[in-house]
Amino acid sequence: MGTLELVLLTIATAATPLLLAAMGELVVERAGVLNLGVEGMMIMGAVSGFGAAYATGSPWLGLLAAIIVGALFSLLFAFLTLTLVTNQVATGLALTLLGLGLSGMIGERFVGLPGVKMRVLDIPVLSDLPLVGRLLFGQDPIFYISIFVVFGVSWFLFRTRAGLTLRAVGDSHKSAHALGIKVIAIRYAAVMFGGACAGMAGGYLSLVYVPQWVENMSAGRGWIALALVVFASWRPWRVLAGAYLFGGISIMQLHIQAVRLEDLAFLPRPVFWVAEVVKSIPAQFLSSLPYLATVVVLVLISRNRRLTMMNTPASLGQPFVPDR
Amino acid sequence: MDDIRPVPPQNLLEVRGLTKVFGSLRACDAVDLTVEKGEIHALLGENGAGKSTLVKMLFGSLEPASGEIAWKGEAVRITNPGHARALGIGMVFQHFSLFEALSAAENIALSLDRETPIAEIAERARELSAAYGLPLDPYALVGDLSVGERQRIEIIRCLLQEPQLIILDEPTSVLTPQEADKLFVTLERLKSEGKSILYISHRLEEVKRLCDRATVLRHGKVVAHCDPRQETAASLARMMVGNEVTNAARPAPYTGEPADLLVIRGLSRKPAGPFSIPLDDISLTVRAGEVVGIAGVAGNGQGEFFEAISGEAVQDSAGIVSIRGTGVGRMGISARRLLGAAFVPEERLGHGAAPAMRLSENLLLSRYRTDHKAFLSRMGVILTGAIAAASKRIVAEMDVRKSAEDPEAAALSGGNLQKFIIGRELDRKPAVMIVNQPTWGVDAGAAARIRQALIDLARAGSAVLVISQDLDELFELSDAIAVMHNGHLSRPMPIAEATYEKVGLLMGGAEPGHVERETA
Amino acid sequence: MLSPLIALGLTLVAGAILFALLGKNPGTALYYYFIDPLTGLWDPGNRWQLHELAIKAAPLILIAVGLSVCYLSNNWNIGAEGQFIAGAVAGSFIPVIFPDFQYWFVLPLMLLMGIAGGAAYAAIPAFLKVRFNTNEILTSLMLVYVAQLFNDWLVRGPWRNPAGMSFPGTVRFHEYAILPQIWPDAGRAHWGFIFALIAAVAVWFMLSRTLKGFEVKVLGQSRRAGRFAGFSTGRMVFFAFLLSGALAGLAGISEVAGPIEALNEKISIGYGFTAIIVAFLGRLNPLGIIAAGLILALTYLGGEAAQISIGVSDKVVRAFQGMILFFVLACDTLIHYRIRVVGSQPATAAQEATHGHA
Repeated sequence: MGTLELVLLTIATAATPLLLAAMGELVVERAGVLNLGVEGMMIMGAVSGFGAAYATGSPWLGLLAAIIVGALFSLLFAFLTLTLVTNQVATGLALTLLGLGLSGMIGERFVGLPGVKMRVLDIPVLSDLPLVGRLLFGQDPIFYISIFVVFGVSWFLFRTRAGLTLRAVGDSHKSAHALGIKVIAIRYAAVMFGGACAGMAGGYLSLVYVPQWVENMSAGRGWIALALVVFASWRPWRVLAGAYLFGGISIMQLHIQAVRLEDLAFLPRPVFWVAEVVKSIPAQFLSSLPYLATVVVLVLISRNRRLTMMNTPASLGQPFVPDR
Repeated sequence: MDDIRPVPPQNLLEVRGLTKVFGSLRACDAVDLTVEKGEIHALLGENGAGKSTLVKMLFGSLEPASGEIAWKGEAVRITNPGHARALGIGMVFQHFSLFEALSAAENIALSLDRETPIAEIAERARELSAAYGLPLDPYALVGDLSVGERQRIEIIRCLLQEPQLIILDEPTSVLTPQEADKLFVTLERLKSEGKSILYISHRLEEVKRLCDRATVLRHGKVVAHCDPRQETAASLARMMVGNEVTNAARPAPYTGEPADLLVIRGLSRKPAGPFSIPLDDISLTVRAGEVVGIAGVAGNGQGEFFEAISGEAVQDSAGIVSIRGTGVGRMGISARRLLGAAFVPEERLGHGAAPAMRLSENLLLSRYRTDHKAFLSRMGVILTGAIAAASKRIVAEMDVRKSAEDPEAAALSGGNLQKFIIGRELDRKPAVMIVNQPTWGVDAGAAARIRQALIDLARAGSAVLVISQDLDELFELSDAIAVMHNGHLSRPMPIAEATYEKVGLLMGGAEPGHVERETA
Repeated sequence: MLSPLIALGLTLVAGAILFALLGKNPGTALYYYFIDPLTGLWDPGNRWQLHELAIKAAPLILIAVGLSVCYLSNNWNIGAEGQFIAGAVAGSFIPVIFPDFQYWFVLPLMLLMGIAGGAAYAAIPAFLKVRFNTNEILTSLMLVYVAQLFNDWLVRGPWRNPAGMSFPGTVRFHEYAILPQIWPDAGRAHWGFIFALIAAVAVWFMLSRTLKGFEVKVLGQSRRAGRFAGFSTGRMVFFAFLLSGALAGLAGISEVAGPIEALNEKISIGYGFTAIIVAFLGRLNPLGIIAAGLILALTYLGGEAAQISIGVSDKVVRAFQGMILFFVLACDTLIHYRIRVVGSQPATAAQEATHGHA
């Protein structure tokens, strides 16, 4: 298996948790709810996924646990913001802080334990194809799930009546309510779906990516996922592109840090000289690239106010109180 | 053998003695109305006449206190909009329930109860729209459509349910004349198919042109049933607004120094949003000692006009608005206040007052610059004693009823908050005072007090501009009346020449010259 | 006033359940968490724990006071952690780069630079919001990671103490660069706590008694009323962010020049985020924030105490803190709801019938 293949694989593994979490949040925001608790739901998924897998020896049960815990955790958020109508921003933050705290506490006993890794696919013939073999046919199951989620969400939102109704709720909960649509129920469902996806993303981290439990192992991916949704203008396929772009950036800087200059000696002189310069950049600067890139991307997207207004679900973040 | 006695034609809709009461207000008082099959029936009246309330009862959004509704000869109780739809009553509201990010077909699909595929709905919608002369691309995004096109979605949505009675609430208020013409063709077509239309409007020319019969409401009561084609616009106006001659007690005219305190020249403003009314070349002068009233039905640009004058929306050139001789067009609201202007907006909570701030603090909202010496110390510290005392003074002066010593603005009733807000501005004795809807929701005694205060302010030498939907009030207060209709302002009429009829005509969009022709 | 107390009560109940699930006696655990650290209150010879309380509370209060101004004006600054670090780094410049420059005015200069550094770092999300309409929550947060990485690079790279045996961290600050302790005999509490109290009172005064505070609150409540008053939302964004950045920066340099006495990679244990909880627990009122800061500082100390005595991990502290915020938000709404329904006078339907209807 060549270097290029390896690198591409690592991009996919870096992108997958971002993709999952962002897709979940996309559905939530399309319904008009802003859930800043993605990081918290993700880390809760990571710790429970690891714990369940370790206890049972089955990574699949771990994944299931991650999904369920993510969904249940998001229920807390849903209850506060949809039924009690608390401030969505503050409640989302609270969810993240609580998630980080609880997961640290629960995961303490898991530190240092060996992970239960999910087995990758191995289809005869197909998995051995050059370049694309491993990439398309030899990955872990969650990768395939994540791609399927993109298809599924896209189909759901744009080709089903239920998805249309959800988008309508996100556009104007007032009009939706006037038409008799059950706004709160739909939002509850959307939030829980978002929680399940974020949980799954967390489970991916502790079951495939690392796979171990490290405190705060989500490392801000939940926040990047939130930025991804904005970057993608709330469109599923753009989220896919964005996740791979960001996954690429974050993994490339790791590769740059890891590669040794000697191994690059075969490159032509000018390229080698560039590689030298890049290698001399301190590791921390490279590590900050994904975060800086997020800021840049956000600025570019929000500059065009008209475009922002047209694409943003119009009722995003606004409290909904049905008139009694 | 065959029975050849003629069967009496059944009225499609018969309303008898319908009454609705809100607290102490009889919004609808024993209203009678009949609509036949294949009839376009107008429901005429000013704001507050009861048209909206009546129609809500027909559509099932409100329950009548008493009276009967008979549909096709049978008494019915319409409990909710779904029930009304099932009976065959459809309604096109003035304010649409549309989703901007979705297509027309998707919007229609969401309001239907069945799970028909979108493509089918789109086709039906396209057919209907073509058939009735309301061209509509079912796949267009609502956000891209003009207001007239959006209305077509609402109409087609209504027609898809195959109603027999269609209620239209002020349909042309958001249309251009050309779009209105297209709408009328559609309505005629519907009529020829045997459907009936209940057409709510305050626009007299349209009603004359379109409608077979009309019911005129005033203060909740039926004033007349008539055939608009037999009436003149003037007579309709008279029915709508009344024929009172204002009593003689006009306040003595101002005898001080003449001065043009507020001068507006060529004020135009592009619409701020899809439902805003653009302002078109408005010019007006208000002199010292004068009260100028602006009449007009709600939604004809009054709010946009107010924001342009107050400085919440600035103009491109300084000279468009002048206060006491200084061009303020490019200045913001604080600068305009410093020149002696005071503003009272239509909305109280969330505009004229900050809801969670106390009354005394709300004093600062509009007066922290103008009265900084009295209310603030050098370092910007609020002199709580001073604002409390001023607040007490205003409360006593305007008889503001409240439950605590210094409550939050949101805790007051609308009328009392309005008294405070007006009192706050009057307390400054401003040179120019601009008020939008000074007394709606205020009890009669306080309203009289407010009006007297405005007159007194003018007679002391200030220029007062009052925008109001209440004609009685305007006739009592004003030295001259202008009418705002669709973003245009008519030339002000001196009060001696103004009659309810003339004003009503202008409110209804008729040209001033009309009156002369009709009296011939 | 009531809702934070109820929220704390609920947290105690939830905490007790949590301890029981962990297999520990809830009563003992709660004792070590909340009562034990306060023993200094009734034992004069044993005041050191109260000092530790002040040390933990100082940065929390400083940062939360700034955040209250932000949240009251509807500016969601989530990046206080980054501004804290920026202040610490900026303020450490002189003692690290010029360690032989030892005069009495070094410390005041450090504090000023810390304030400026925090404010400047906060100006970035403010600028992006005003100029490009970019969501300040995400930008301020991303900048936290950037600041952490930058600091990490500094203390392992150019600013690392050459005599430090390749441990990360700068030289130990000289005596003129150290924030003095208030009562050195009784404990380690330093002047940062005094700064916190002064800042809280000053900002409380500003918010409740000055025109500026009025402007903050009006713009947060109703943009339209703010526009009617002639206030500028853009200027308020800068004011709020710069103020909170300055206070967070001061907290940063105080922490570094106080208890730590050097710049290293562990200068913050998440104060910038815990301060968010403090701000809400204190109901966005600086005086309430003093109490809230002390309570949250108590949970930190309690965590350490409980770890030593009954072996509960200190990670429980984070969970506790998260729960507090959750309960505060829930209780606040419940209480407000009731008040809104019972106390407000409904606009008479007459007004609704006559106004704005055809």
